[in-house]
Amino acid sequence: MARTIQSLERAVAMLRLLAGGERRLGLSDIASSLDLAKGTAHGILRTLQQEGFVEQDPASGRYQLGAELLRLGNSYLDVHELRARALVWADDLARSSGESVYLGVLHQQGVLIVHHVFRPDDSRQVLDVGAMQPLHSTALGKVLSAYNPVAHTEAVEGERTAFTPRTVTGAADFEGVLDLIRARGWAADVEETWDGVASVAAPIHDRRRMPVGAVGVTGAVERVCPEGSLRPELIAAVRDCARAVSRDLGAGRF
Amino acid sequence: MTDTQDYASTPGAASHSHGPFIASMDQGTTSSRCIVFDRDGSIVAVDQKEHEQIFPKPGWVEHDGAEIWANVQEVTDGAIAKAGITGADVKAIGITNQRETTLLWDRKTGEPVHNALVWQDTRTDALCKELGRNVGPDRFRRETGLPLASYFAGPKIRWLLDNVAGLRARAEAGEILFGTMDSWVIWNLTGGPDGGVHVTDVTNASRTMLMNLSTLDWDERILASMEIPAAVLPEIRSSAEVYGTAAGGALAGVPVASALGDQQAALFGQTCFAKGEAKSTYGTGSFLLMNTGSAPVNSYNGLLTTVGYRIGDQAPVYALEGSIAVTGSLMQWMRDQMGLINSAAEIETLASSVEDNGGAYVVPAFSGLFAPYWRADARGVIAGLTRYVTKAHIARAVLEATAWQTREIVDAMTKDSGVELTALKVDGGMTSNNLLMQTISDVLDAPVVRPMVAEATALGAAYAAGLAVGFWPDTDALRANWRRAAEWTPRMEADVRDREYKNWLKAVERTMGWIEDEE
Repeated sequence: MARTIQSLERAVAMLRLLAGGERRLGLSDIASSLDLAKGTAHGILRTLQQEGFVEQDPASGRYQLGAELLRLGNSYLDVHELRARALVWADDLARSSGESVYLGVLHQQGVLIVHHVFRPDDSRQVLDVGAMQPLHSTALGKVLSAYNPVAHTEAVEGERTAFTPRTVTGAADFEGVLDLIRARGWAADVEETWDGVASVAAPIHDRRRMPVGAVGVTGAVERVCPEGSLRPELIAAVRDCARAVSRDLGAGRF
Repeated sequence: MTDTQDYASTPGAASHSHGPFIASMDQGTTSSRCIVFDRDGSIVAVDQKEHEQIFPKPGWVEHDGAEIWANVQEVTDGAIAKAGITGADVKAIGITNQRETTLLWDRKTGEPVHNALVWQDTRTDALCKELGRNVGPDRFRRETGLPLASYFAGPKIRWLLDNVAGLRARAEAGEILFGTMDSWVIWNLTGGPDGGVHVTDVTNASRTMLMNLSTLDWDERILASMEIPAAVLPEIRSSAEVYGTAAGGALAGVPVASALGDQQAALFGQTCFAKGEAKSTYGTGSFLLMNTGSAPVNSYNGLLTTVGYRIGDQAPVYALEGSIAVTGSLMQWMRDQMGLINSAAEIETLASSVEDNGGAYVVPAFSGLFAPYWRADARGVIAGLTRYVTKAHIARAVLEATAWQTREIVDAMTKDSGVELTALKVDGGMTSNNLLMQTISDVLDAPVVRPMVAEATALGAAYAAGLAVGFWPDTDALRANWRRAAEWTPRMEADVRDREYKNWLKAVERTMGWIEDEE
């Protein structure tokens, strides 16, 4: 048998461990799982961290996979690239729906708005790019939580504030909502974050079918959800838009 | 004259619209496109095909006229098929085109006598100097609004007549026709050798250096000076009227009802119909045009005076134009030559990782400084470097370079026209760069507004054609179609703006006089 390098094998085992089920692990979990001395495990983790393959959560001290791995796998998508690709489709969605369009990605414990198209009337509106939205109550956030495992962990482990009486906060209820989203392929927020405001969103996938973001429309509940039910043509338009952007990113038809 | 870079993507086909429609043919520098629009000005279908860029010598750029016409036909048929409609659903055809690119062809056979000389081609540099005689580059500026520069069509015609064997005699005998790409497409579309109409519109004619801006007719004195026989020239018509009907293809029988140079078409598509309204198209290079109303404004600050558009027999509308040679191409340079980013969009990520430029300024005078300086002896600089500066600061300085160059042109326009800019309407691929748009708003101290249709150029040609056939009643109806997709408002403190502008101007100063023995 050809000679192999033990520390490299151990590093790979660590990456595999972090990529499996539990996404954030403490030093002692990692060391005991791989049957290593804590000092040895720490040395390897520190090296991986320095290379960007592993990140350490500053609050809990636990480890998770780093952004560099995503870049390596070429599935890393720059958010500005995502905006550039989505531009015409988002315009089209705003025009056909008559509502404002938002594009969001997971950032820390929430949804970062990376693109915003104004509602196509001549009213004064302010660009919301750079704003953050909660994961557990908005349509964009729920889509990300349903499809992106990291977002899922954040939403499940984080605090789920009741912004309105309609916000879903219970753990089991929340998982039920996410199951429904995965089954239907879209999410809604009817006055769960802001009174009088409703939104619908769908996931954007890249060519590796990684959920890289979500796109949706937001508007007055009376228009988006007249008489208590979401307009089906609005849902179809949002899903069409999400599919078109995904296709532009190289995802296959689905 | 601009093309959107790798930022842009366009919808292939959609089926949510109902007829009737307007078809817009956009004959650009790198590709020909056909876009079908509905009554709301929404895109129904797009087809596009690139053509070959021919570089026979350094500085020479040519296109094959026959290839371009074949591509225009192909993308037109393609777009109609993608839209799932027939010619009967299309009320009019609009044309927009790369400006100044010059073709001469045989009126009997329809065959080009030489490849088209593209606007970027610099082979007429020496000829332009010679034509300036003892007066210099401004010899024809009063009549045409343009300096003697290699872009414009007149000197390109002269070069062809001087350099293609036997061509001058044939031209004088009336066997040869000249056209910019609008004329070439319309002539072929309406029948070619078999009854094709030989026309151009006022906007394209205003880029030949042969048209008098006040009379809107060919200027005999200039024709004599450039030794160009009037027999080769097309008839100058308005930008929005029926020139003829398509003789064949998917759109046989449909009226050909507009022609506008690409930048003027974008001005029209952005509905800049009132004096003082301006648009800027951000692509490889960038073009800023401001509507100056019914009288041409002479520029003393290095801008061009041009016709904005003319609708039928209404009074012509004039514009001031300033261009920035290097904008999107600067991002490409950062990506391809410097290797600091992987995609053009990534520059925003890099630039956003720092708060400011760290004291660094990039002036991309890659082939000299254009408006308002016009200094061929300038070359690019990166100024203000210290040990502190990182690649992120350079990325920020690169974005700021486009913003400051916009500011310089806007300042020149204000000086020439006396009209203060109230807001800048933007289009083109780079409008997806949020930080860039915010920076432009900051340095202009004016709102920057992005409309909902990215394809302002093709839309402008569609609008003009639709007006000509009564598809839309008037320009107010077009304004009603205009939708704001985003707006950036200034956030920069006045003292910061003043200090940064001063630093930028110092950096610009350092580019000048680099080339010492410019002929």
